[in-house]
Parts: sequence; structure tokens; C-alpha cells
Amino acid sequence: MNLEFLERKDFWSGLMLIALGGGAVFIARNYQFGSSLRMGPGYFPIILGGALVMFGVYFLIQGLRAGAEKLEGSWSLRALIILPLSLVLFGLLIDRAGFIPAMLALIIGSATASTQFKLVEVLVFAVFMTAMCVIVFVWALGLPYELITGIW
Amino acid sequence: MDLFNNLIFGFGVALSFQNLFYCFVGVLVGTLIGVLPGIGPLGTIAILLPITYSVSPVAAMIMLAGIYYGAQYGGSTTAILVNLPGETSSVVTCIDGYQMAQQGRAGPALAIAALGSFFAGTVGTLLIALFGPPLADVALKFGAPEYFSLMLMGLVAAAVLAQGDMVKSISMVVAGLLLGIVGTDINTGTQRFSFGIFELTDGIGFIVVAVGVFAVGEIIANLGDNQQRRVLSAKVSNLFPTMQDLKQSFWPVVRGTGIGCFFGVLPGTGPAIASFSSYMVEKKLAADPDRFGKGAIEGVAGPEAANNADAQCKFIPMLTLGLPASGVMALMLGALTIQGIQPGPQVMTQRPELFWGLIASMWIGNLMLVVLNLPLIGLWVKLLQVPYRLLFPAIMAFSAIGIFSVNNSSFEIHLTALFGVFGFICMRLGFPMAPMLLGFVLGPMMEEYLRRAMLMSGGDPSVFVTRPISAVFILATILILVVMIAPAVRKRREAFTD
Repeated sequence: MNLEFLERKDFWSGLMLIALGGGAVFIARNYQFGSSLRMGPGYFPIILGGALVMFGVYFLIQGLRAGAEKLEGSWSLRALIILPLSLVLFGLLIDRAGFIPAMLALIIGSATASTQFKLVEVLVFAVFMTAMCVIVFVWALGLPYELITGIW
Repeated sequence: MDLFNNLIFGFGVALSFQNLFYCFVGVLVGTLIGVLPGIGPLGTIAILLPITYSVSPVAAMIMLAGIYYGAQYGGSTTAILVNLPGETSSVVTCIDGYQMAQQGRAGPALAIAALGSFFAGTVGTLLIALFGPPLADVALKFGAPEYFSLMLMGLVAAAVLAQGDMVKSISMVVAGLLLGIVGTDINTGTQRFSFGIFELTDGIGFIVVAVGVFAVGEIIANLGDNQQRRVLSAKVSNLFPTMQDLKQSFWPVVRGTGIGCFFGVLPGTGPAIASFSSYMVEKKLAADPDRFGKGAIEGVAGPEAANNADAQCKFIPMLTLGLPASGVMALMLGALTIQGIQPGPQVMTQRPELFWGLIASMWIGNLMLVVLNLPLIGLWVKLLQVPYRLLFPAIMAFSAIGIFSVNNSSFEIHLTALFGVFGFICMRLGFPMAPMLLGFVLGPMMEEYLRRAMLMSGGDPSVFVTRPISAVFILATILILVVMIAPAVRKRREAFTD
């Protein structure tokens, strides 16, 4: 069996749209649909979800045809994993440990997503940036964050 | 003279100390991010939106607008000096601008770019002042069916005219509309797509989507691409263009302004299309087209005027009809809503200081840019040397602080991460993201207008074609679709995309 279609843009685009639209319709099936005179909360989402599924099927068929455009460009897996994770880390730390640990973790963490990461440079930069942000956002603009939870 | 009085009133508002200050901050930040590749006006405005909460609506809009047109200026500076377009709109400027710099004429190229942009900005400002009020008068007569049809037309036009695959743009509009539904249904109180999560009952934050897709998603994409820096090769010595330069540039600037204004009011066409068209026109009209690509000053003057005029005229539908014609305008609309102002034609009568103040500030901002840009070129060039490996963690930090400052909600930070991943995947699959933002902003309004229109007509969908104004919008929508699907236009579109 020829699995070449797995490399095609439109194949994956189709799958994504079908999943999004199908998911929307599936969830919205429990909402009251109503009539066109009195549209219920389910009316708009089901129509939109249906449209997405339709577009998805169109792309899926396009993607299965030979000669469709292939996926290109780097998928930068490193950045794709590290950047969202460092944001999540920021979210977790700012609630539990305070502004300074959260900022340091975010800046140092996201910097490692670059292939040109240099440890010493980033450490200095992170301390500098965090200090700047504390001065500007917490002291000058008065955002109500604990700098280090329980201590400051 | 109504126009005259209104403009004087506007200048009175814009010249207040606070508003001048925010205008200055806006154009400065705008130029800065225009110079820096890898972060555009969309991402920056999204990140800075929360800061505008604490200031007056006028000052907020003035600053955000300043960022927007400041970025156009900044983008051309790096295009000319280092052959690196800071924004997509200045790709065309690279062609002849960089050649001029190579020949030691960087100064005149920069000066002409700035003066041409200033001229275009002035004309654009006047156009908004002239056509804004009558358009808003018409729009005040709109009922629910008209608004629904207008938004439908706007969304279809934006999707169809945007660069890239048309069906993909439309799918993203629909996806955006769906995202806008999340939260409590205002008519019945039903929770929709909120998965029992308390933070989602108010809907997904506008800033969360914008920052996630246009800042985080964009950075992920940039890190995948090659990060190489080009070195500055040209020295800027003599800034002043010669008489000959000015003469050669005059008509290209005028034509570029016209082209920019035309594309500006069309939804979905970015400034890149305007500047590209202007370049093509100048090359066709030139007595010796061979000079183009070898440092012809017309190739800088026309496109630069065009992209600035385009940026300026994008405000017309946004301010008068409440209809965003581009991603940035969708953000502006969001900023208005956050300030508690319902966008639409009533803004002009209810908040005249907002409308006229913003218009006057645009002219002042354009003037500031001319004054600011030319002497500060050395500084901008230095900034280019900040490596991206340090720039992007800083952007991440500002994004996180910006989002967290809105609701102090770490859930929204996590949601932003999710939208970053979603945005990146969509970009790699060839989906344009600006249409999604338009759909997201207009979604709740469209559903509401559709419901009202249906209640009005007793459930009869023919209401959209029997009311004349609405019928015109529907007809225009169909026309746009038919024309774009026609094979001849399709081919030309593909050429554009290349």
C-alpha cells in the first residue's frame, strides 16, 4: 500500500478540520437546536461544525490525489515542545512560587528552544530581564504580584 | 465647513499632553518592531493590549494605531539598509531600495520612503475624515439583517482576497466563528463548549487567542526557519534627495497613494498586495523599465506610499461600520470592545472625541515618524544586532505578563500555550490565521444579528434578499465568490502568491 499521502499538506488539513467540526457537532448535539424562527443555542454551532466537516472532506480528497502539495518547512519540534511547556511552567509557578521564579523559568526555559542557546549569556539576560520587569510592572505599574511567595 | 471644524476638534483632542505621549510611544514601539524581523504589528498589539486597559479609550486607540503604521515605516528602513524586510509589506522595497543603498544612496532612499509615506498618510487621513461621516450615516439605518449580510460580505471578502488558498481561508473564518461561540449563550444561558471549566463560561479571551497565535505560534515557526543575520553593508551619509530624485518620485508617490487607498478599503488585502501592485504599475509606466531592480527611486517611492495609504484606509470600514478589514483591525475592534465601547457607526456620534482624535493623531503620528525616523536611523540599525535567540525569550516574557495581568488567571496562560501550538500547526498546513481572528471577533455579533433577523421576519430567510441594502451586500458576496472562482482570476492569484 502506498502511504505517500501521509506526507501531504491537504490530507492533514482535512483531518484537522473534520476533527474540529465533528467535535463541535458532537458536543453541540446536546444543545437545543430550535427552529429558524427561534434559533436555539445549538443552531449556529451545528451549522458551522457541519461546514467545517464539509471543508475537511474536500481537503482530504484533495490530499489523497497524487501530486498534491507536500508538507514542507521545518516542524521545529524542539520549539514546538519547549515553548508551550515553558508557558505552562510560568502559569504553575506564578500561582505557587511568585513572580520572580516564574519569570526566570519562562525566560531560561524558552531560550533553550533555540539551537543557538548559550547558557551563561541566557542566565545573565534572564536576571536582567526579570529585574527590569519587576521594576516596570510590579513597582512602577503596580501589578499586584508576590515576588517570591511567602518571602517578598 | 463641518469637516474643518471636526478636524480642529480632533486636533484639540490629539494634542493633549497625554494623547501626544501615547502617540509617541505608539510610533516608537511600532518603528522598533518594524525594524526587528520576527515580530509583527499583530503580535505586538496583542501583547500590549492589556496595558491599554488603564488609559482612556482615545489614548489606547491612538497608541495602538501608532504601533500599526509605525511598523510600516520601520519595515522599510531595514529593507533598504540590509535587504531584510521587517514586515511583509516592505518586501518590494528591498528590490530597488537595497540596490540604491549599495550604490551609496541609502540616504535619499530612506528620505523618499519617509516622505512618500507621509504624503500617503496625509491623504489617507483626509479620506477617513471625508468619507467616515457619510458612511456612518448610512450605517445608522442598518437593522439586524443588514448587519448580518454586511458581516458575511466582509468575512467572505477577507477570506477570498487574502493570500493563499481560498478554501483554507474560509475554513479558518468558520473555525474562528466557532471559537467565538464558547461560553454562556446570552439568550438562553446555556453553557456552550465550556467543558465545565469555570474560566470558559465568559468565553475565550480575545487576547489569549491573538497572543497565542500571533506571538507564540509565530515564534515557534521562526525558530524552525534558519536564523541568519545579514550584516549592514551601506553607510548612511547624505540624507537629502536631489531635485531630480524628488521630481522622479512625485508621480509614483501620487499613484502609489491612489493604489494603496483602493486596496485599503477592500477587506483581506494586506499592504503587501498594494505595494506589489504599485511596483508593477511604476515598472510598466517607466520610460526605461530596465532601471528597475537596479536602484530606481520610483520603485521605492511608489510602493512605500502604497503600503502606508493601505494601512491608513483600513481604518475606514472599522471606524464607520464596525467591520474589521484585516487582522490588525480585528485587534483594534477588540480593544474598543474591551474598553466598553460597542463598535459601529454610533461611535462617531456618541464618542466624537474618539473618532476625530484618532484621525488627527494619525496625521501627527505620521509627522512624528518623519522626524523620528530619519535622525534615529543609526539607533535602529544597532537594534538589528540584537540576536533573535535573546529577542524571543523577551517576547515570551512580555506575552505572559500581558495575559496574566488581564485576569490573573494561570488557566489563560495555559490556554495561550495551546493556541500557540494550534496556530503553528495551522501555519505549517498552509492555513492563514488572520481570517480566524476576524471570525472570532465577529462570531458572537453575527449569531446575535442572525437570530434577531430571523425573529423579525418570522423565520423567513428571504428577509436577507428582500431588504434592499441587505440584498446589495448578499449580491456583492456572491459576486466576489464567482469572480474569484473564475479560472482567469485564479491564475493571476497564484502569480500574486508567488
